[in-house]
Amino acid sequence: MPLNDNLQQQLIRDLLVESFDSLDRFDREMLVLEKGQAGAETLNVVFRIIHTIKGSSGCIGLTKIENVAHAGESLLSLLRDGKLTVTPPLISALLEYSDALKAMLRCLEQTGQQGSADYSALLQKINAFQPGAAPQPKAATGFGLFEEEPAAPPPAPAASAPSAKIEAAPKAGPSVSDTAIRVELTHLDKLMNLVGELVLARNQIVQHTAQTKEGTLLNAAQRLNIITTELQESVMKTRMQPIGNVWAKFPRIVRDLAQELDKKVQLIMEGNETELDRTIIEAIKDPLTHIVRNSVDHGIETPAARRAAGKPEQGVLILRAFHEGGQVNIEIMDDGRGIDVARVKEKALQRGLITPDQAARLTHHEAFALVFLPGFSTVEKVTNVSGRGVGMDVVKTNIEKIGGSVDILSEAGQGATLKIKIPLTLAIIPALVVTSGGERFAIPQVSLLELVRLEGAQARQGIESLYGAPVYRLRGQLLPLAYLNRELKLANAPSGAADDITNIVVLHADGRQFGLVVDEINDTEEIVVKPLGKQLKGLNCFAGATIMGDGKVALILDVVGLAQNAHVISEIRDRTLLEQAKAAEKADDRQTLLVFSASHDARLAIPLSMVARLEEFPRALIERSGHQEVVQYRGQILPLIDVAKYLPKSGAAPVLSDPVQVVVYSEQGRSIGLAVGKINDIVQQTLTVQRQAARDGVLGSAVIQDKVTDLLDVPGIIRAADPTFYQTAPAA
Amino acid sequence: MTNTKQFCTFFLNGLFFGVEVLKVQEVIRYQEMTPVPLAPGMIRGLINLRGQIVTAVDLRNRLELPARDAGQLPMNVVVRSEDGAVSLLVDEIGDVLEIADDAYEAPPETLRGTARDLVEGVYQLQERLLLILDTEKTVQPRTDNKN
Repeated sequence: MPLNDNLQQQLIRDLLVESFDSLDRFDREMLVLEKGQAGAETLNVVFRIIHTIKGSSGCIGLTKIENVAHAGESLLSLLRDGKLTVTPPLISALLEYSDALKAMLRCLEQTGQQGSADYSALLQKINAFQPGAAPQPKAATGFGLFEEEPAAPPPAPAASAPSAKIEAAPKAGPSVSDTAIRVELTHLDKLMNLVGELVLARNQIVQHTAQTKEGTLLNAAQRLNIITTELQESVMKTRMQPIGNVWAKFPRIVRDLAQELDKKVQLIMEGNETELDRTIIEAIKDPLTHIVRNSVDHGIETPAARRAAGKPEQGVLILRAFHEGGQVNIEIMDDGRGIDVARVKEKALQRGLITPDQAARLTHHEAFALVFLPGFSTVEKVTNVSGRGVGMDVVKTNIEKIGGSVDILSEAGQGATLKIKIPLTLAIIPALVVTSGGERFAIPQVSLLELVRLEGAQARQGIESLYGAPVYRLRGQLLPLAYLNRELKLANAPSGAADDITNIVVLHADGRQFGLVVDEINDTEEIVVKPLGKQLKGLNCFAGATIMGDGKVALILDVVGLAQNAHVISEIRDRTLLEQAKAAEKADDRQTLLVFSASHDARLAIPLSMVARLEEFPRALIERSGHQEVVQYRGQILPLIDVAKYLPKSGAAPVLSDPVQVVVYSEQGRSIGLAVGKINDIVQQTLTVQRQAARDGVLGSAVIQDKVTDLLDVPGIIRAADPTFYQTAPAA
Repeated sequence: MTNTKQFCTFFLNGLFFGVEVLKVQEVIRYQEMTPVPLAPGMIRGLINLRGQIVTAVDLRNRLELPARDAGQLPMNVVVRSEDGAVSLLVDEIGDVLEIADDAYEAPPETLRGTARDLVEGVYQLQERLLLILDTEKTVQPRTDNKN
């Protein structure tokens, strides 16, 4: 049965540590309930406790514990929904039930087995409370298996279960609770802050002592230095964990679930080593487990259904974690049936969560958000696996509690993707410190590609302008630029310095690159990310703040937000264009291009395959037909289009040369002449579109012969000049 | 026997303000601040308060009072809010006053503008009036677009 002994052991350990604590809480909450002081939240809490124990034990194949837990869960579910009222006998039964769970867990801890005790009497008693069940016996307590308090602390294994000739416990090392303690996260937080302060004090002392010659003081300072660094590392280590720790149990969960549901699922996990703060790990553990189960249970279809839909029998579930833009991103993707928007709306209407009017107005994206409302579940049947209403709302609440966000993307039939973004609250990251406008800013190193320093003439000439958008040519690639001073509306650096030296920080955001021009590049440093107050949440340029070595605060730049504000990366639409262009480039590596300039000097190129001929016409030969300039050409009338007129204006006024240079373009027997300024060259090279231009007449830009060259959108220009050209072409 | 409350008091542009002492975490002298570009005008910057980063709200700006003279350094009244500690920048710190509840009155109807939303009530003291601020509202970003 064990898939992997180590893994199994780890899972059991986790279950034990967690369950003992939560069952103690369960008992306390029960007492609160009994006294009638409980709020609505209390029942939710106890329900979740049991739900988790049931789920976790089910996952690692502890069916007996799962079965017992299940009975109580059903009862609590009724209580929660107000279908049962709290009575002392009910509470007693539930406490007894909690004791039974504890006994089983303790037995598990000591023997590795679930024990052979028989709980059918307890289960009967629990089930008797269900409405419609036979009236329960009067005796509230006083019978049942565990009236003897079994929660006696270890070591007293045999005594804990009366029915127990349990497997004699071999004295196997200290119990879980002896080697590990649970520490409140707030204590760790405080420790972390104190260490941060200590580091600052250390820095000051070390700086001071560097000037003294006193041996003892110098030695002491050095020791202080070393110890502080070690302390800092240890404290940080207590908080950081790779997300793989949480994921380790998913293969098993997925496998077991898939088997239970007769599905075939392949689980792919990427980014195991992504480190997360302990707080975050704790907070996302349950939501992630829930999402994974949901995906397997409701997302991925049965092999038969998948075959019918033309998909491979085996479904794919991908978990991916990565740092981006000062955030931890977690994506859970499946290629299952996706979310049916119509059904989501219908369900929400049924449950009275929205009005028909609202339903009609909802966009797809908004409709997906309904899934996160409390009490929402599109699945009719309550399975053992999921669908009990402890659902996506809890997932969302838990993630939002730590300042994160959840987003669903789905296409019916194609699968669903859940994107979780979590801020790096309290995480420690390496960062590059830069100065602009006299202020220091930290840039998370994950976004950093390289640094470029331009001096003297290079600084003045290296940056070119494409219709007002600054770009820099980085080894033949066009790099759009953003100026930090301008984006943040900071004062400019003293002008003298700015002209001589330009510092470009090359960053990537959302899969694209851009250069950030800053006044000064200082150093790299490990920084502790601290969240910004609510008042500043609206600023998407900043991911947080940090305290620098000198005790002052510096802001951490949110690279993605900054790039969006500066429009150096834009909508998804552009990205797909770029990808298309890239795909095209792969298919046909080298292209022959005609390079020419428009009459107002912009450097342009088109694929030579589009060119029928190059011609020169003396201006005298140009005639007019209506509004159109035409020229007689091989017995036909060739309409002429001045390319410059269909491009966005630049400084120089378009003036056609004499003779006029014309690129003849033919399509299905019809021709059109593109009047240009000057034919420059024909080059053969791999065309890499660097920058998608949302401008008329231009497809994008590329570096051709070391110069920025726009790719002319020939069909676009022709359509603009003569809308009928393409329509009438086939007929002609 | 009337109940009394304690207030931490401070001055702003000659006006006398107070916040309940229980809401005040500490009062500190002027701290160097890191300005936050693009932030609303009421946010003067960020302060390092023993390793904790605290947002500093300029009360003059928040209450639509004229800006402080360039040379005048503000003091920090650090208050606890739902969103953690926030520092209120004030001109000068006054005493902690213990005031009987019966001197309390709702703000006069004639009070206008932002002050109307932020001033919870007024105590009539012998020599002057003490305006009590609702700290929770005060630290919230302004809802209108004015900076």
